[in-house]
Amino acid sequence: MISRNEVIETNKMIEHENLDVRTITMGISLLNCVHSDIDVLCDNIYKRITERAKDLVKTGEEIARDFGVPIVNKRISVTPIALVGGNACKSPADFVKIAETLDKAAEEVGVNFLGGYSALVSKGMTEADKNLILSIPEALANTKRICASVNVGSTKTGIDMDAVRLMGRVIKKTAEYTADEDSIGCAKLVVLCNAPDDNPFMAGAFHGVTEADEIINVGVSGPGVVKTAIEKVRGQNFEVLCETIKKTAFKITRVGQLVAQEASKRLGVPFGIIDLSLAPTPAVGDSVAEILEEIGLECVGAPGTTAALAMLNDQVKKGGVMASSYVGGLSGAFIPVSEDQGMIDAVNAGNLCIEKLEAMTCVCSVGLDMIAVAGDTPASTISGVIADEAAIGMVNQKTTAVRIIPVCGKKVGESVEFGGLLGSAPIMPVNKCSCEKFVSREGRIPAPIHSFKN
Amino acid sequence: MKKMIITVVGKDTVGIIAKVCTYLSENEINILDISQTIVDGWFNMMMVADASSTRKSAGEVGDELKALGEGIGVQINCQSSEIFEQMHRI
Repeated sequence: MISRNEVIETNKMIEHENLDVRTITMGISLLNCVHSDIDVLCDNIYKRITERAKDLVKTGEEIARDFGVPIVNKRISVTPIALVGGNACKSPADFVKIAETLDKAAEEVGVNFLGGYSALVSKGMTEADKNLILSIPEALANTKRICASVNVGSTKTGIDMDAVRLMGRVIKKTAEYTADEDSIGCAKLVVLCNAPDDNPFMAGAFHGVTEADEIINVGVSGPGVVKTAIEKVRGQNFEVLCETIKKTAFKITRVGQLVAQEASKRLGVPFGIIDLSLAPTPAVGDSVAEILEEIGLECVGAPGTTAALAMLNDQVKKGGVMASSYVGGLSGAFIPVSEDQGMIDAVNAGNLCIEKLEAMTCVCSVGLDMIAVAGDTPASTISGVIADEAAIGMVNQKTTAVRIIPVCGKKVGESVEFGGLLGSAPIMPVNKCSCEKFVSREGRIPAPIHSFKN
Repeated sequence: MKKMIITVVGKDTVGIIAKVCTYLSENEINILDISQTIVDGWFNMMMVADASSTRKSAGEVGDELKALGEGIGVQINCQSSEIFEQMHRI
């Protein structure tokens, strides 16, 4: 029998510590929509999404009510569009048509984001991949709910530097196309290395070709719950601290597992994975930075930050894998600057710089996330930042990503307000030395020696 | 069995249990267990109930109980018991 204390504990987590299920993401394969005529293709895509996901939002809301736990986002991921549109799209403008169709379908079913406007080019780009990438600025400017991602490298293939170079320019152009909205297009565009096929979190979600027709993936959350739990063991040794984080992660993940199974049952769609990531929001008390500070740092960015984060990330995984048999996606602590009040404060106080964030990405998911930089940052510098992150991912056999926003017309010292879950971001300084000649080299960085395991 | 956990928290007043129990009885929800305390005038109750016979979903019952609670100045939550079992039992 469940005791009253256990009930009170759970409800306290939900009411006061921001425990929620961050997203139910329905992966939908669009491979069977492929057609050589762009209009037929768009029609097929619209029909497939609106038919398969018509009950997603309603079901999510019902589950939230039945269990009394908020499910913040209901989202969709689709097969990378570069593959789906390869046959029909002869130009970037053709791809934009697909983006607009996806946006319409997302609006119709009521999801707030749809991911998968993507190209996987870790070793090279096809003509279709290139056209899709070139269409991203216009596609993101013309749509509200579409998220784009490009995978430019992997441990197995190395890094496609031609794609990295191109992405620097595409990010700049995306910023310019959405200049009147503080370059918000870039907040929906992520460049990945070792991108997982089953990630439920935006902006990097897509439904990989290794997946079935449809799948339900769930992303849990709960930085506030972890922080409150470790407040009770302040000053105690690492064993106690780790044990506390593990137990809390177990509880959080169990909620996600329950919601995922229930969603799978009610929608008649197989359950895929739970993503264990600790995902912060701009809400007070829902911050990964605050956990690190509770662990013992005066401010995130202080020496010891990387070690504390590594430990946190590892304990979250250890607790989480016990709670669910299928764990996947990104599964780690997210450190998006604009979406985490503690990170914003640390940047504003001058305690956290891009270089320290880069070090932190070596030990957690996912990468340099939601970082605003000055609008005059050269494209080659952005490519350099992407290459650095991709190298960390490639060598460490982990997912890394860059979601950087060169905000048009803004300079270091100013800040930018995106609103909602995307939060607000101070403009961060970037190293001014040029990497133009490095980035201009053509071709690929070869796969690292430890990728040859056969 | 469709087990629900109903929690009631708020300032103590006459008839809280009566009102909740009347609602449950009208909706054919059977009470399995009640535990209740009052600390410093604050009423705190947890109920385990079997909702197999009711035609309403846990969510609907939850919404109606919430509204009932607002009428008497207490906060009432009604949740499927699974969330607690999953969270607190291996």
